[in-house]
Parts: sequence; C-alpha cells; structure tokens
Amino acid sequence: MTNRITTRFNELEAYGRPGFVAYMMAGDGDSQALLNALPEAGADVIELGMPFTDPMADGPSIQASALRALDAGMTLKGVFDQAAKFREHDTDTPLVLMGYANPIHHMGFENFARQAEKAGVDGLICVDIPPEEDSELRTALEAHGIALIRLATPTTDDKRLETVVENTSGFVYYVSTTGVTGAASGMAQEVGAAVSRVKSASGLPVVVGFGVRTPEQAAAIAAEADAVVVGSAIVDAMHEGGVAAATELVHTLSQAAHGAKK
Amino acid sequence: MSDTASADTRPNALSAWPDARGRFGDYGGRFVAETLMPNILELEAAYEDAKRDVNFQREMEEFLRDYVGKPSPIYFAERLTENFGGAKIWLKRDELNHTGSHKINNCLGQVLLAKRMGKTRIIAETGAGQHGVATATVAARFGIPCTVFMGATDVERQAPNVFRMKLLGAEVIPVTSGTGTLKDAMNEALRDWVTNVSDTFYVIGTVAGPHPYPAMVRDFQSIIGREARAQMLDRLGRLPDAAVACIGGGSNAMGLFHPFIEDENVRLIGVEAAGHGIETGKHAASLKGGEPGILHGNKTYLLQDKDGQIIDAHSISAGLDYPGIGPEHAFLHDAKRAEYVSATDEEAMEMFQLCTKLEGIIPALEPAHALARVRDLAKELGPDGLILMNMCGRGDKDVPQVAEMLGVKL
Repeated sequence: MTNRITTRFNELEAYGRPGFVAYMMAGDGDSQALLNALPEAGADVIELGMPFTDPMADGPSIQASALRALDAGMTLKGVFDQAAKFREHDTDTPLVLMGYANPIHHMGFENFARQAEKAGVDGLICVDIPPEEDSELRTALEAHGIALIRLATPTTDDKRLETVVENTSGFVYYVSTTGVTGAASGMAQEVGAAVSRVKSASGLPVVVGFGVRTPEQAAAIAAEADAVVVGSAIVDAMHEGGVAAATELVHTLSQAAHGAKK
Repeated sequence: MSDTASADTRPNALSAWPDARGRFGDYGGRFVAETLMPNILELEAAYEDAKRDVNFQREMEEFLRDYVGKPSPIYFAERLTENFGGAKIWLKRDELNHTGSHKINNCLGQVLLAKRMGKTRIIAETGAGQHGVATATVAARFGIPCTVFMGATDVERQAPNVFRMKLLGAEVIPVTSGTGTLKDAMNEALRDWVTNVSDTFYVIGTVAGPHPYPAMVRDFQSIIGREARAQMLDRLGRLPDAAVACIGGGSNAMGLFHPFIEDENVRLIGVEAAGHGIETGKHAASLKGGEPGILHGNKTYLLQDKDGQIIDAHSISAGLDYPGIGPEHAFLHDAKRAEYVSATDEEAMEMFQLCTKLEGIIPALEPAHALARVRDLAKELGPDGLILMNMCGRGDKDVPQVAEMLGVKL
C-alpha cells in the first residue's frame, strides 16, 4: 500500500520542485479552520502539533501556543477529532502529528495508533523518544500503518545516523540547527551537505526545519532539501492575526519554497 | 563506585540496576531529543571511564575530604528521641557539608567529570537553590563559567541563595515559563543544553533525567549511605532498623538507601512532600499521587492529569516541588524494597521548629518532612529501635520564608 506521504513526495519529485511543510498547533485559536485551509494555501504536508505542558525542545512561540491550546481545553482526543474533520474533505494531504511522549504513553501506544489511523493520520514525530527507546511505539504504529518519523540533527554523525535511519519510514526530519524551535536556522550550505548524507543513508525524503521564518530562508533551505518546514512563524501569525494572517503567510512561504531551484 | 559486584553475592540484587539501557526494571531510560543523544552517550562513556580511573577517584576523595568536609558525622539526637518517646534517632549530618547540603557530593563529581571531558561551561537547574549554590561553588573553585536556571517563583522565595550564587560568579536566569518552579527550570536547562551541545556540561541535581544521570548521581551521593553504614557499625555495632530521608527528585534518599539495599533487615523509607495534603491535589508526592509516564529524559512516576499533561507540584519546600521522582525510587517502590510515605507543609513547619528548639539544629524544610515520619516510626519501633535519618540540608536558607509564614517581620 502506498501511503499519502510517499505519494506526495513522489508527486513533488515528479514536478521537480521542493515541498512546503506547515506546522500548526491543534487547539490554539480556530485551529480547525486553519487546518482545513492549509492545503489550499500551499502546504504539501501538514504537521499538527499536540500540545504538552512541558515542551522542552520548543522555543517561546510554540511553548506559549501549547499552553494556550491546553487552556482552551485541547486534548489528544480533540486532536484526533480535528484530524478526522480535516479528512472529510481532504484525502490527499499527508497529516503528521508532532508532540511529546507522555500524553501518547498515557493514552497507551496501541490505543493512540488505532485512533490515529481512524482519524486519517499518516505519521508521528515524537520529539523525546529517540530510536533507542521507540520499539514499542513503532510496533504499535506500524500495525496501524502510521509512519514513525525520526529526527536527524547536526550532532548526528555517520555512525549515529545508521541508528537513526534504521526502521524509519515516511521521511526524515532534519533539524537544521542545535537548539529549540524558532531559534536561528542553519546555514543553507551546511544544510545541503547534511541533507545528502541523510538522504543517502535513509533512502527517504528529507525535510528540513527549525528556525525558518522568512520566504528568503524558506527558498534557500528548500533548494537544499525535499521540503522545508515552518512552524513558529505560522504559530505567531495565527496568534497575532488569526486564520487569515496564518494562511496568507503559508501562501507566501510555500510559493517561495516551491519556486526554489533544486 | 557503584555496587557492581556480581548479583549472586547479594540477597536480592536490587542494587545491581540499571541495565545497559539505563533501565531500573521498566523505569529510567533515555528519553531525550535526538540532538542530545550523542551527548548522553558521550557522557555515559566518559563516566564509565572515570569510574575506573584511580586518579579521578583520588581527586574526588581529596576534594570530598578537604573541601566538602567529609566524612560528615552521625549524631545521636537525644532530645528528639526523648520527645518522640520511642526508637533512638541518629542523624547523618550531611547538612554540615560545605554549602550546607548533600548536593555538593554530586556537584563535585560532575564538575570534575566536566573538567575531565574538556567542557568549558556548566549549566544547572535548581529549586530551593541548594543544588544551584553547590554547583556555582564547585564551578567557582575550578574556574568554569556557570549558568543556573531557577524558576521565577523560587527566585523570590529563596532570595538568599540567589545572592549566594551571584557572589560565586554564577549567572542566575529566572525562568518564567510554565509555573516558574523546578520543572520549568529543568525544561529551560534542557533547552540551553540542546542549543549549546558541544561545550556545555549539564549538572543535573537529582537522580532523574536521561541515563546515565540517575545512576551517576546516585553513585556520587552513595557516599552518604556508605559512610553512615560504616559509622553505625563502628559506633553501635549494628545496622539501623530503618533509614529515612525526604524525597523531591530523590537524590539524598537514593544516596542513603543504595548501600543498604541488600541489607534486607533495614527498612528504607522515603518521605515525599504532601503539600496541603494528598487528598487536596496540591502536593508533590509523585509515588503516592502520580502514575508512570515520561518526562525530562526518563520513565518514572509523574503527577499528571487524565490526558497525560503534567500537573504542577506543590510544596512549602522549593527543593521538593517537583512532579516526578528518580526512576530507581519508582523501581524500589514497585519492588516493595523501599516504603514511601509523605508529610504535609504543616508537619514540616512543626518539625522545623521542634528540631531547632530541641537539638539546636535548624533543618532545611526538606528534611523537616522526613522528621515528621521519623516521629511516627520512633513510636512504632519502640525504645529498642534504631532509626537513621539523613539530615540532608540546613535551614538557614529557609529562615526568611519560615519567618514570613509565622507572621514575623525580619
């Protein structure tokens, strides 16, 4: 079975253009409306954030967004509901959940995987479960056709990369810089070299994120990767200007990414 | 340094953990962002190497003796014993250590390790400020720049320690994210570490975090139990009936317990902070009021809601105000080798004053929690009983807070 992630990256490859991945936080503002509007605005893949009280890999934008979402009553069940509603009118755009281990562990890995499949979710990025600890989660996800997407970083040397890409699926998320989300992004040249390394080791598409905020940065990074991810800037736009501002930003950023020369 | 004798020489082998994956049974592990994994693995290798290096051991011993003031004595608390009317109470006087608590045992080990690894910057989180002060102290001694993350709430209630850290040359960063307490300070320290991976050593203050921290901190703190065990045998010719310590993350308790784990006749009793009372939901008792989960690099008992979101801990004592507990405690709890009970804010305040009046020892609010359960235990064991309690810190830092709570203007 070819899943949405593979299909989407094959399409991008066929068009010969890099993709754009939009991150947003479930439950922060009218997130259902934003989620539904993202494909039209130019998102090729969507990362839907699952809020957590202690997001230790995130910078101030996403931390604050998560707390707002939790204050507004967002739960994992709420995340699945939003995903399911999204799937009612979009059957093609890959939807990847991104979050932290504890809420998933608390729900139970098997239960989480089953509900994610039912809601039309395609993948999961769990920030604080490294390969050494993810076999139980991965087994549960695989049984329900959900890709466990791993992260590679500038600290991932060749030897470590073997561990990171073993048993991975979907795509690999390359974190362009050491640091938290929303901080400065990595240099495009260094990113390019790293992406080739990760790509040849994994045989999977490589998306690059962390710290990309402007169309110029998005284009520069996209030129070196299969897709570029923007998170904090979209979350900020959503908080400050609502769905209209966030979709407008996604439109601008995705155009820049799509126009980048590979 | 850690007990690595073969399992079959011991009655229960519960002291043999963790395994190669850093697990104590199902607890512990390495739940960190990928960026930190190489650091965690490098640290583990460096620590294993240091453990086997006699020069490292000798340097540790020298500084523990000449700088920290080890060994700390054990002391018969005659008037508390009289007052409680039961078992004899002996205190392990780790509050007499340089900087006023057990924390320095671990900081010294980790900073020496940082130096050995060529790291040029130290970071730490702190709750009450005891770990922050101890880290800043050792960092000052070795001339390594030090940054301490401290919850903004704690910065306010532990002003004397904040000033001490600054005098010692450390940069103190108040953390306003979340609720501004210990867990948020730890989040922020992890964010700093993930940003400054190559030059920075993160000195974690308790037996929690990703492997190898829980085992490493325990090993450095086990000097408490090793000394006390030998001192009891030497002075009294017998082991205590119970070893008691307070628990936030659990470093002083783990340090006291570990050398006694295979002594099955010694009850190990950890006292968590019950805050306003466990039934009120405003407490810091992860084992009694929490359930297993994953946070700050390890799997352990956590205070969490029905959706797996972390609940803020509450305790009068900033040092116990943490929604988790070290994974080895979670393991000993499930294995029923250690018992875990709790004491409220009110009980801690009462014991703080009682111990000060009767023994002329001002305890930190943290071990004051342990004293409340020592009182019950003394009655339970009767006059033939023998209790060893770790007095893990002195209460000078708490004087302003206690004065305020008693309505006294300083």
